[in-house]
Amino acid sequence: MAPATSILSIEDLSIAYDRDKYAVKNVTATVRKNAITAIMGPSGCGKTTLLRAINRMHELYPNISTEGKIKLYGDNIYEMPTIELRRKIGMVFQRPNPFPTMSIYENVIAGYKLNGIHLKRSERDEIVEITLRDVTLWDEVKNALHKKGTFLSGGQQQRLCVARALAFKPEIILLDEPTSALDPVSTAKIEDLLVELKQHYTIILVTHNMSQAARISDNSMFMYLGELIEYEDTKTMFTNPKDPRTEGYLTGKFG
Amino acid sequence: MDSSILQKRKTMTTTTHFGARSFKSRLFFSIVLLFALITISIVFLIIGTLAAKGFRQINWSFFTQVAPDTFDAMMANASGKIIPGGILNGITGTLLLVGLASVIAIPFGIVIGIYLYENATKRYANVIRDITDVLQGVPSIVVGLIVYLWVVVDITKGYSVLAGSVALAIMMLPLIIRSTEESMKMVPTTLKEAAIALGTPYYKVILRVLIPSSFSGLITGVLLAVSRVMGETAPLLLTTLGNSSVNWNLAKPVSAVPLLIWQFYNDPNMVNLIWSSSLFLMGFVLLLNILSKWIAAKKSIQ
Amino acid sequence: MNSDKITKYILFGASLLILVLAGGMLYSLVEGSLPSFRVFGWKFLVSPEWNPTQGNQHFGALAFIVGTLFTSIFALLVAIPLAFSTSLIVAEYFRKTWFANVVSTCVDLLAGIPSVIFGLWGFYALRPFIVSIGLSHQGFGIFTAGLVLAIMIVPYATSLSNSIIMMVPNELKEAAYSLGATRLEVIWNVILPNARSGITASYILAFGRALGETMAVTMLIGNANILPNGLFSTGNTMASVIANEFGEASGVHLSSLIEIGLLLFVITAIINATGKYIIKKFA
Repeated sequence: MAPATSILSIEDLSIAYDRDKYAVKNVTATVRKNAITAIMGPSGCGKTTLLRAINRMHELYPNISTEGKIKLYGDNIYEMPTIELRRKIGMVFQRPNPFPTMSIYENVIAGYKLNGIHLKRSERDEIVEITLRDVTLWDEVKNALHKKGTFLSGGQQQRLCVARALAFKPEIILLDEPTSALDPVSTAKIEDLLVELKQHYTIILVTHNMSQAARISDNSMFMYLGELIEYEDTKTMFTNPKDPRTEGYLTGKFG
Repeated sequence: MDSSILQKRKTMTTTTHFGARSFKSRLFFSIVLLFALITISIVFLIIGTLAAKGFRQINWSFFTQVAPDTFDAMMANASGKIIPGGILNGITGTLLLVGLASVIAIPFGIVIGIYLYENATKRYANVIRDITDVLQGVPSIVVGLIVYLWVVVDITKGYSVLAGSVALAIMMLPLIIRSTEESMKMVPTTLKEAAIALGTPYYKVILRVLIPSSFSGLITGVLLAVSRVMGETAPLLLTTLGNSSVNWNLAKPVSAVPLLIWQFYNDPNMVNLIWSSSLFLMGFVLLLNILSKWIAAKKSIQ
Repeated sequence: MNSDKITKYILFGASLLILVLAGGMLYSLVEGSLPSFRVFGWKFLVSPEWNPTQGNQHFGALAFIVGTLFTSIFALLVAIPLAFSTSLIVAEYFRKTWFANVVSTCVDLLAGIPSVIFGLWGFYALRPFIVSIGLSHQGFGIFTAGLVLAIMIVPYATSLSNSIIMMVPNELKEAAYSLGATRLEVIWNVILPNARSGITASYILAFGRALGETMAVTMLIGNANILPNGLFSTGNTMASVIANEFGEASGVHLSSLIEIGLLLFVITAIINATGKYIIKKFA
């Protein structure tokens, strides 16, 4: 598969825990700009590790070794400062995790605060409003901006977390099963939001939910036991999987 | 999206110094590590000092003879010999004081601990729990003062084993109460409910189910409480004073290892005995400490 | 009456012991202080003069109140960086590794060392060192006592803060890392705000410990019944003056010492209750 414009290329990436337990094995792939790429596979297949390798979050745990390269616009991310990299590649987690000690407003601009960037009041207000509008949360919280984010519903909290990642204008947003802790209505809102966001951002989404991948993604990766088994246009993969393991997973034989 | 903001953010990105920030972070870590190493090195310094200076004096007579008087010690120092005698009066005194204190504090501590566990949410029980916490924070010297007024003045009419034991028991009590309550909380409620469902009388539930299933927790709490009071000096100064010979009479003054250390410290001729006594006391206290941690760790594995 | 009721009464009856103990302590201390209070009244709290010489007897506790606060605050200021660093090493930087285990075991051992042994170490090891680097002539005083006191309260300051720092959810730290924060920025902006009240409470409880520590302070502070006028001044704390003078005190002198005991009892009770209240309320 040859993507139109590629933003990220993964080159022969292998990641091992404790030296010899490989979570990701020799993965090579390029990710298309302004598209949603879904990573699927049964639990333990390495999809989360692969996602976290893209902003080097996997390095937070001890005894990890990484081989291979990931290039963002041609630059190897393993040679960049993580601070700079993570600013360019934002992340949304499985469970909504707004900072409980910060207000909604502060959560949106948390990236600026954490990175020690001082903005003028008017700039902050503008960023908060624009970003919250982007995640369709503005109308729901505009009168409660200075309350703690923990009082919001799960779905609202998750959209706040998306806003927190967006406020920095990253190139890529990584999402690790972002709807697995949400009810169907909130899930649908997040999915609509992601489809909306791909006009300006590149989205990589780990999901356990095949129908979600089918609904919103443009391209899909299927991983199994650390290997990238198949990487296709989503429609093609779902209608005509090439590998029997992909087919087995998609038809519910395992996973 | 407003393009002016985008523009501004681009320029900001270039002005934050990645290098400076990670340097700050690493510098902070180095300082934190340094301070932590200082803290733990003090433990080794203290243990090392005691071991190096104290081991020579530890011999058979150290455990079998009572503390020497100043004159004997002075003569030994003058002729460069090891100070004769030992700390037998201190060892027996400590055993007697801590033993009697345990006899007083353990039953009350466990029973009150069970009461707090059984009535966890009652207002009155919360008051008792809060007061127990406050008692735990009462300085040991104040406990000594109070027991002086209660026992030394009114009951034994003089410094006594009983007074010292009561002081130590008061210090042990809050520790045992809270550890009992905590270890009872670890017992699965289903176990208790099963016994109650069989129509078991309440006291049998306590004796046959609650206490046996939290036994190692109780032991851990008791050992920690004992190790905490074993090295106490201040309250004993005000309640048992000290004794130059071995005493088993509860109404009479008695010595204790920490009291001997204090006595040796105040007598320039006895300096050499300080280190061996301290080494012995600290060794004993730390052994109890480690033993209780070991029991606690073993319990949590099972 | 059935056996269940009897058991319940026994349990309840035992709990009364705590009330009797606490009430009895307060009562006895107040009663024992009365002779002193009748002579000196409230001036006892503000008079710095302490003179036990027969005929010229005058007792005021101010010198010891100031000495206690001075020593304990200095000890707390020294202990906080040590305790905070130890907590970060155990609960954050080296969390769940052998090194964290070693550090926390050492801190536990520190808690087990008797006060009188800290005093000896301070006297024979730390004091000569302080003299040799020229900080003080004799090496006795607030500074030496405060340093040793600081080490003694580190375990109290760390045990609670360790578990509070451990309880800060990993998800929050990851969220901050994913926004490009450095470890220092994560500690400062995520861990500290979430653990602040618990850490504060543990330092308050450690301060309460410092106020009442007796033996080590008595051996190092110089035992001078004067208002301390600086960090290297000698002095006395409330606890150390009791330990020092109790043996030869009688009459109003003894009653004044008991009144100091009462003060110490009340102050530590308030400090401890405050610490526990913060834990209950916020942590």
